[in-house]
Amino acid sequence: MTPALIALRAIVIREALRFVRQRGRFISALVRPLIWLLVFAAGFRAALGLSISPPYQTYITYEVYILPGLCGMILLFNGMQSSLSLVYDREMGSMRLLLTSPLPRWWLLTCRLIASTVISILQVYCFLAIAALFGIHLPLAGYILVLPALVVAGLMLGALGLALSSLIKQLENFAGVMNFVIFPMFFLSSALYPLWKMAESSRVLHDICAVNPFTHAVELIRFALYTQFNPMAALWTILAGGVFLMLALWGYDPARGMIRRKA
Amino acid sequence: MKTSLILLNLLLATPVVAEEIWVTNEKDDTISVIDVATLEVTRTIPTGERPRGITFSHDFSRVYICASDSDAVQVMDPNTGEILNDLPSGEDPEQFVLHPDDRHLYIANEDDAVTTVVDVETRQVVAQINVGIEPEGMAVSPDGSTVIATSETTNMAHWINTETNEIFANTLVESRPRHAEFTHDGAALWVSSEIGGTISVFDTQTQAELADITFEVQGVHPDRVQPVGFEFTEDGKTVFVALGPSNHVAVVNAETYEVEDYILVGRRVWHMAFSADKSLLFTTNGVSGDVTVIDVARREAVKSIKVGRFPWGAALRP
Repeated sequence: MTPALIALRAIVIREALRFVRQRGRFISALVRPLIWLLVFAAGFRAALGLSISPPYQTYITYEVYILPGLCGMILLFNGMQSSLSLVYDREMGSMRLLLTSPLPRWWLLTCRLIASTVISILQVYCFLAIAALFGIHLPLAGYILVLPALVVAGLMLGALGLALSSLIKQLENFAGVMNFVIFPMFFLSSALYPLWKMAESSRVLHDICAVNPFTHAVELIRFALYTQFNPMAALWTILAGGVFLMLALWGYDPARGMIRRKA
Repeated sequence: MKTSLILLNLLLATPVVAEEIWVTNEKDDTISVIDVATLEVTRTIPTGERPRGITFSHDFSRVYICASDSDAVQVMDPNTGEILNDLPSGEDPEQFVLHPDDRHLYIANEDDAVTTVVDVETRQVVAQINVGIEPEGMAVSPDGSTVIATSETTNMAHWINTETNEIFANTLVESRPRHAEFTHDGAALWVSSEIGGTISVFDTQTQAELADITFEVQGVHPDRVQPVGFEFTEDGKTVFVALGPSNHVAVVNAETYEVEDYILVGRRVWHMAFSADKSLLFTTNGVSGDVTVIDVARREAVKSIKVGRFPWGAALRP
């Protein structure tokens, strides 16, 4: 095994161990979207009249509509969670240990990214299984075809988390991330309501939603769950992921980035 | 040689007509024809004013259409879409039923409180039977001996003897009965009541009520649960019931009279028709102007197809 792969394995195992040991984190990661699905969506079931828009071919209940958005929510929150743990690592000094490895820094960071994405995807599948128990079924092929969409969306949101973690000086600042990143990103997207519904109330809000990379991540997942491919959403998600990763690498570059300024 | 044989076969073969569902569009004065294989509208045919009830002759060479506001039942050639002739239907025909003899149409005249019997060959009115106010639902027993007319305002099912063309029994049902059907064996009659929100089941022999089926759709106000059209599956064990503005189709066990499932469809679902193999069910959704296709085995809506404005009736052309 090459040193690069050894590093990848070590980092993934470390993240997985951390995840398994923090059982509360696992449960809370599932409880959040489940509350949205079973409580919020139930309340809105009749309130939101949904007309048919692709990839759907007939009328659907609100629960069915927000399911892909909630998958996106798991990826988003996990991306942020891993950025939180990066800040924690930095404060505790284990980050320094990691970055002193002879391997290129971009690879170490990418390993972190892959590790957090793997964990996120496991959670998404757990969530989809629980949703199926509650009677929200998808086409069988959709459960398999969604995997690449989850990987792309997970990497993009994880990269965003990495980029943000390079900006956050202290653990306490994480509340700011919640307020200024997670909430606007989640609510200004197609996760909870279709974009045409948004356009009915405000054109500006619709346009903001339309450029939000999270919207595209959700649409990529939505189409994949119904065995369809949305090239526009895929392009946007990959593009945004690339930009966020560049920002993260820049942020963690000791010669130029935020790390230096902080030091 | 082989190629020429194939060519000869192709030339001799009668043109195969794709299996179709014909849907009357009440506000557009048209019929939308849906190809069952592709689930797409293949053509739109103009009709008289406000087409509602629709049924094919037994050999599918003619299609009868209740053009309510034209006060006529139109006879159309389904191959050309050409109106062959009008039948004297009486005023405001809304629904009708074709007798198993393939010759007599029993037509509900909503405004006149009569049921008109028309001979489709001679194009003559054979009889007019006085029934309750605003007759609508029409059904004929499989043996052809009894025809049912339901009157929306009198809230009754009228049992008509087809030999004498006289009413021999009346049964009270819930408010505003809209649709009636006999079970395949003719042993029971089912009548849906729109405002009452129920389906009443009667014994054909005694006209005694066997059951009263009620519906409850999660998250929908009971006032909006209005059963209208319904259809039996081929084995007669299951009934699909259109529940009007609740936007759901109920799946009822015809043996236990229990509602087993609700399927979300378009807005104000009215009537329905099965595909030839009974694997698909097509529901007309008036307000949303589309037809929802239900996978009968999976009890799931698979697609909604845009048709004209206010689709009303549906009929299969195999």
